[in-house]
Amino acid sequence: MPIVLDEVAFDYPDGTPAVESVSLHVKDGERVAIVGQNGAGKTTTVKLMNGLLKPRSGAVTVDGESTANRTTAMMAQTVGYVFQNPDDQIFTSSVQSELEYMPKYLRWEEVRRDERVARAVALCGLEQHLETNPNDLPIAIRKFIAIGAILVGECRYIILDEPTAGLDVPGLRLLNSLIDHLQTEGIAVVTITHDMRFVTESFDRVVAMAGGTVVADGPCEEVFADDDVLKRARIRRPEVAQLVRDLGIPTTALRLDDIVHKIP
Amino acid sequence: MALATLRGVSFTYAYTNEPALRDINLTLEEGLLYAIIGPNASGKSTLCALLRGIVPLFHEGELTGSAEIRGRNLFDWDPAELSREIGYVFENPFTQISGIKETVFEEIALGLENLGMPSDEVIDRVEQVVEQLELGALVAKNPNELSGGQRQKVAFASIIAMDADVIVIDEPTSQLDPESSDAVFAIIANLKKKGKSIVLVEHKMDLVAQYADRVIALNGGRLVIEGPTSEVFTSPLLNASDIARPAVTDLAEALAKVGRPLARTPVTRAEAADLIRARMKGGPRANRSR
Ligand SMILES: Nc1ncnc2c1ncn2[C@@H]1O[C@H](COP(=O)(O)OP(=O)(O)OP(=O)(O)O)[C@@H](O)[C@H]1O
Ligand SMILES: [Mg+2]
Repeated sequence: MPIVLDEVAFDYPDGTPAVESVSLHVKDGERVAIVGQNGAGKTTTVKLMNGLLKPRSGAVTVDGESTANRTTAMMAQTVGYVFQNPDDQIFTSSVQSELEYMPKYLRWEEVRRDERVARAVALCGLEQHLETNPNDLPIAIRKFIAIGAILVGECRYIILDEPTAGLDVPGLRLLNSLIDHLQTEGIAVVTITHDMRFVTESFDRVVAMAGGTVVADGPCEEVFADDDVLKRARIRRPEVAQLVRDLGIPTTALRLDDIVHKIP
Repeated sequence: MALATLRGVSFTYAYTNEPALRDINLTLEEGLLYAIIGPNASGKSTLCALLRGIVPLFHEGELTGSAEIRGRNLFDWDPAELSREIGYVFENPFTQISGIKETVFEEIALGLENLGMPSDEVIDRVEQVVEQLELGALVAKNPNELSGGQRQKVAFASIIAMDADVIVIDEPTSQLDPESSDAVFAIIANLKKKGKSIVLVEHKMDLVAQYADRVIALNGGRLVIEGPTSEVFTSPLLNASDIARPAVTDLAEALAKVGRPLARTPVTRAEAADLIRARMKGGPRANRSR
């Protein structure tokens, strides 16, 4: 069963209309990238998906049930949200305790806990850091700690808010293999990112947002072909896709591996 | 006089075993735009912090070798004076916000007020950077109630408002949309034109290739290579499995692999377009002769 946003609007207490009228769905096991200008309402939208925020109007349902009737703690068992700023999420003094926090809170049996923590540690490459205080680690690793803490749960939907910010090549490789792995487990992954190369190489479906609304939702080839959408969402084509366009080479290919074969 | 001269510099943070910087020998000239690149934990932020004196003056640890900033030993600088000469934007935009100001406008003005600048001048300066970064709609907002990218822009605005001679920025665009990233680099290029020296950490190599004069590549705390931008990105010393390169450089390598190399290895989109256009005109023969 999917996550469905139907004509959703949300204002922050200071009166900012962050999301105006968003309709979106995320199916089981799907992977979706959300892109768009700063302040477009991306973070707000995904916080609505997991019930951290409740809509002013419209409805958000997960598995057919409205988030309005469910507590944040209940929602977090189904839709896991990894914060854009890892420090909004991390609060214990070692990586190990950060990962064990949720299972301990929920009084999971030790076997179940250890198994889920071990899986998260492996997926997020945290083996060497278990005893370390997260504050002593660089932000890119703190980001993986935040992801790991969410992966310990048994969510069917995982939302990553800008996991690529400041990530290096090995980090990006790790992130890609993590997303691939989640997909093999049938877990849907929604990722907000500003990295268009990552979007086109790792996602089939992209949602572009601007000014609190969705301006495009579809296959990457379609969305990135539309100049008007790119302009409104203030996004760009991946560098090599723009290159072939500058050269007037007729192709909708976006990935480097495909573009190689289009260059004369 | 050089902006910075590092001779055999190593630095180890207190309570850690592994040095964050190892035996760095490097001279940075004034008036240029340097990009520091390298994998996570390779020492980029530590090098930035060192240029600004944060390391070792505020972070405990052991520094060996000698570090001179603008001709003066780092230890002989008064920290307050150094902080006026060198503007510094932190890696994490979420911690750069002071937390003590109620509006974006006041947040950007904070540093200027601390310099004791008269208030009409402060207002002028703030208005100027607000316009440059298109922050007009946000000036009355609480800086803690901004989106991630908006915060990063405010942090950047606060630093450029200070108009320091040297600006050190640790990842200015990590949370920014593509268009805003371009805008930030355009502003940086303009500052350089006015004679400022700029050192920044950046992972977006397409932008580095387009704007940086020189690149400093670090890995595991060591200097891998320092040199003109295109030289560094095409150097065999740069291991592509660790350090990203511009997308067009990757494309050139992929073309070479399938037996259709370009005449040269491009680092910017414009260069790549020229090379490919030349061979489209020249036909397959020109292609082979190179
Ligand atoms: N806590 C808050 N209080 C008031 N306004 C807020 C708050 N958080 C965000 N906003 C505003 O809501 C709008 C949407 O913000 P949101 O964080 O959803 O954007 P975003 O698309 O995630 O942007 P970014 O790419 O910069 O992270 C922006 O105008 C922002 O200033
Ligand atoms: Mg956001």
